[in-house]
Amino acid sequence: MMLEIKNLHASVEGTEILKGIDLKVNAGEVHAIMGPNGSGKSTLAHVLAGREEYKVTKGSVIYEGKDLLKMTPEDRAREGVFLAFQYPVEIPGVNSAYFLRTALNAVRQYNGLDDISAFEFLKLAREKMKLIDMDESFLKRSVNEGFSGGEKKRNEILQMAFLEPKLAILDETDSGLDIDALKIVAHGVNRLRNKNNAVIAVTHYQRLLNYIVPDYVHVLYKGRIVKSGGKELALELEEQGYDSIKNDVEKKS
Amino acid sequence: MSVNIKEKIWYLANFEVFEKKLNGGARTPLHQLRKAALQHVKKNGFPSIREEEWRFTNVSSIESTNFKPVDKKEQEEIDRNTLQEYLFEDLTPNRLVFVNGRFSSQLSSLSGLAKNIKFENLALELKNNPDVLLPYLAKQADYKKHAFIALNTAFLSEGTFIYIPNNIIVDAPLYILYISRDVGESFVTHPRNLYVVGSNTQVKIIENYVGFGEEKYFTNPVSEIILNENAIVDHYKIQQENKSAYHIAVTQVHQKKDSNYRSNSFSFGSVLARNDLNTVLDGEGAECTLNGLYMANGKQHVDNHTLIDHAKPHCNSHELYKGILDDRARAVFSGKIYVRPDAQKTDAIQSNQNMLLSDDAIVDTKPQLEIFADDVRCTHGGTVGQLDDEGVFYLRSRGISKQYARNIMVQAFAGQVTHKIKLEGLREKMEGLVFSRLRDGHLSDK
Amino acid sequence: MSTEVDQLEQLANQEYKYGFVSDIAADSVPKGLNEDVIRLISQKKNEPEFLLEWRLKAYRHWLTMKEPNWANIKYPPIDYQNIVYYSAPKKKNGPNSLDEIDPAILEMYNKLGIPLEEQQVLAGVAVDAVLDSVSVATTFKEKLSELGIIFMSFSEAVQHHPDLVRKYLGSVVPSTDNFFAALNSAVFSDGSFAYIPKGVRCPMELSTYFRINAANTGQFERTLIIADEGSYVSYLEGCTAPMRDENQLHAAVVELIALDNAQIKYATVQNWYPGDKNGKGGIYNFVTKRGLCAGIDSKISWTQVETGSAITWKYPSCVLKGDNSVGEFHSVAMTNNHQQADTGTKMIHIGKNTKSTIISKGISAGVSQNSYRGQVKVLKNATNARNFSQCDSLLIGDKCGAHTFPYIEVKNSTGKVEHEATTSKIGDDQIFYCNQRGISTEDAVSMIVNGFCKEVLAELPMEFAVEAQKLLGVSLEGSVG
Repeated sequence: MMLEIKNLHASVEGTEILKGIDLKVNAGEVHAIMGPNGSGKSTLAHVLAGREEYKVTKGSVIYEGKDLLKMTPEDRAREGVFLAFQYPVEIPGVNSAYFLRTALNAVRQYNGLDDISAFEFLKLAREKMKLIDMDESFLKRSVNEGFSGGEKKRNEILQMAFLEPKLAILDETDSGLDIDALKIVAHGVNRLRNKNNAVIAVTHYQRLLNYIVPDYVHVLYKGRIVKSGGKELALELEEQGYDSIKNDVEKKS
Repeated sequence: MSVNIKEKIWYLANFEVFEKKLNGGARTPLHQLRKAALQHVKKNGFPSIREEEWRFTNVSSIESTNFKPVDKKEQEEIDRNTLQEYLFEDLTPNRLVFVNGRFSSQLSSLSGLAKNIKFENLALELKNNPDVLLPYLAKQADYKKHAFIALNTAFLSEGTFIYIPNNIIVDAPLYILYISRDVGESFVTHPRNLYVVGSNTQVKIIENYVGFGEEKYFTNPVSEIILNENAIVDHYKIQQENKSAYHIAVTQVHQKKDSNYRSNSFSFGSVLARNDLNTVLDGEGAECTLNGLYMANGKQHVDNHTLIDHAKPHCNSHELYKGILDDRARAVFSGKIYVRPDAQKTDAIQSNQNMLLSDDAIVDTKPQLEIFADDVRCTHGGTVGQLDDEGVFYLRSRGISKQYARNIMVQAFAGQVTHKIKLEGLREKMEGLVFSRLRDGHLSDK
Repeated sequence: MSTEVDQLEQLANQEYKYGFVSDIAADSVPKGLNEDVIRLISQKKNEPEFLLEWRLKAYRHWLTMKEPNWANIKYPPIDYQNIVYYSAPKKKNGPNSLDEIDPAILEMYNKLGIPLEEQQVLAGVAVDAVLDSVSVATTFKEKLSELGIIFMSFSEAVQHHPDLVRKYLGSVVPSTDNFFAALNSAVFSDGSFAYIPKGVRCPMELSTYFRINAANTGQFERTLIIADEGSYVSYLEGCTAPMRDENQLHAAVVELIALDNAQIKYATVQNWYPGDKNGKGGIYNFVTKRGLCAGIDSKISWTQVETGSAITWKYPSCVLKGDNSVGEFHSVAMTNNHQQADTGTKMIHIGKNTKSTIISKGISAGVSQNSYRGQVKVLKNATNARNFSQCDSLLIGDKCGAHTFPYIEVKNSTGKVEHEATTSKIGDDQIFYCNQRGISTEDAVSMIVNGFCKEVLAELPMEFAVEAQKLLGVSLEGSVG
């Protein structure tokens, strides 16, 4: 098993957001995590990536046989956990090529590989950028600076293509994307999928799942997974909205 | 007052005519709103150049012209050939056409739109299905804040209503054509538009204001646009009124979480044009792109006011307005980016660039940032320059004539805006409009 | 990349490393300022009559002036009578060769990393070392003189080239220019002087290293560089001072003159003692720097990396008088703890087709305040003037401030003036973003800061660019975490 989350509780500034998450992810699988705004979807993504503001109060996360929660954020990244941010951060003055190369070499060094040369890097960059339909001038621009929302999301997938993670967590990568950009992003993700890696796609809308077809869909509400199912669950949610699920949960409690 | 008032102020007279024709409509709550708006105009009058927002744009000539309402029920047939190039049939089968403010079902065309999408004359919807639109109408554009919103609201009737439910991708653009043609006297129209776009829905809307003829008239449109969560709207506004016309327009946009509003505004016509475009980014992850191009020559005056209100965190705005001015034309740009205390992680870029092709053209540019949050990235810039002589010389040294070289340089300048038009067919039309205006590196009248 | 980070790491654990005091016997005038003190300074320096008169005129004008208060800085009133205006290391008779310099001085410069023995100095850099009020050594003087280049202390220049001094002194910054320039004109003690003759390209970097050592002493140096027609020179200055609890005043004047087709590059790495973490002590740095592009096609560029001083008040400027002349200003100003900086430039376009570029990067950390203040002025006859200004501010933490005050005045309609400004912040989320891509926090900070400044650092000569990067790392100590 690649990832096993057991009874995970996490809080932000003293407020408990995640209230006991259980989730198992095997290599080769795509899991979609859906839910209304404020249900804890992004919190889960950030906890897995190691954001310090989110305190884990209970539970465990085993990733590739190791205790993920004990690792620093950079080591998680080097171990192959990749978070595509909902709001990618701008880093003025640091050009994308330099940033990517630094990241790639940090991961390579950790895995006992030599640094990649500037020449090899450029070759690799051309190949990866084609995958996500990005212009080469992108490499010269500062990381995310002045990018449109769609460009930022595409840049996240480009970085994913470079780092070739084992576990990719897409945090609302579809929000704000028009249909053309959505297709490009989904195409990029699909091309990167293989039997050795896994994707957790966090989303509010069903449309992304037309293009990145999930094996499992989980509904997160008030910090718990309240319903799991196959891809048809997503369609059901789109038709009925989250209200019926909310009502079910309220009734039970 | 010592002014010799020969007759009633035109809009008060017009309102009496308008009110008479409403019959039962005069008793509705909506009509109370109209009357309140009219009172507001009556009390405050038109803005004077002593007001900061109107410092460079004098509208006293609009106030003093006796604009008449358009009264004729049926207009004469418009020459189909003249009309053809404005129907954009190659772009979309969905269009509403208004002639001198009146809806023309004959020229309009609706085909292939899903049943749950509304794309109608607002007046008709007000009569038949007021419950759908009243919750949204006049909620964004506040008549107390702007004299010309008040004037429009007083005469609120015809215009365009768009309503699209959640989770829909509308492929073909929705096209709205407002035609003004000579009727032998100065007239005024007050188109009112309301676009409500559902959650996770995408649509492209084109508004085109066209003037045939040479007579003076006044177009006073107000548009309200509401984007629900994750809605994406591409909004194109093209203003090509005749060279005697006045065009004073307000567009007020309200954006919820993750929505994306992309505006492309083209201002080519009118002797005096003013566009106010305001958007409120009122949900995390909302984004707006405001692109504008204005070209003015002769004695044209073009004024663009934009306000981007960053009300929530993690919102992006990108703004690029470019202007090309010749002869004695004057342009005003006032762009304000307002970042509220909560709006951390705001990323705002604004730029206004102007090219002067004559010594007498004037630009007043005022990019403004008002930032009340501390973790934001805001960039703004303004430039005023001339045609790059070095660039022209370079082209000439490669054998291109001086006149043509100048045209190329001007077009390249405009191209940075026209290139951003995502709708390919429309992009070509706009590039064509720019090019047809150029003569030997100067602006000319067609 | 990784070596750079190692350096940063090491440096992050250091305090201000130039804060030591050397025990060097000094010959000082009594505290305070009056005409007698000025006469005494002039007499000690054996100056010609015209210079004494020039000083006295400046002093009398200074008495009528008020200290400027428009800058965005705050400090307690300076008691101008409590300052020693002249302090010189005791010496036998002026060192004719380096062998005659007090070994204590040589040792101090070695400790600062500026060896004065010619065989040891940085290859390709000639150094004039100014300690407190006087120049103690100038290297490579002879070698340069073979090319006709004059590079010596200001005092020597007064003795050996009085005509040049008389012709150009005050020609760019008049003695009455502003409060601090007038004070400097009255009491300046030494500084560097360089003259590059027609058509000569100076083969090495000229450099002045300023050091304040004595207590209660103000440093008032004056630098004058003249690049004659078709010549080229690149000049560097560096500055340090001991850690002392009281504030010390540094009020310098730099004048540059570029004649037809001449080019001057002037770079500063300013690392005066900034005061301690609580804002005690530190140098008040009130400096007037101005370059005159007097000739056609001339060019002057200022590059500064400002990391030190409790207060920085300086606006290296260009007066673009010659047609087609070019002025440039590249600046990184970093403030931490209680430091205050109000710095920027003035570009005055007088000639036709003149061009200027302003790139300013302000980095504020701690509770510091960092202001950019710049003026671009295009006068009536300056047709086709061009200016591009870019002012970026980077905030580290939420208790510091960044301010931008651009003034643009265009009196000629053919002018094209562009201004861009950005404000951004190094935040936890940027660091986390880098972490999430496998990059460590230290690497992330150095990447962001160096990325932010790189356009300016690229303007510095190699060795100094590395030095400047290190300085930026030290100055940021304790501000990110």
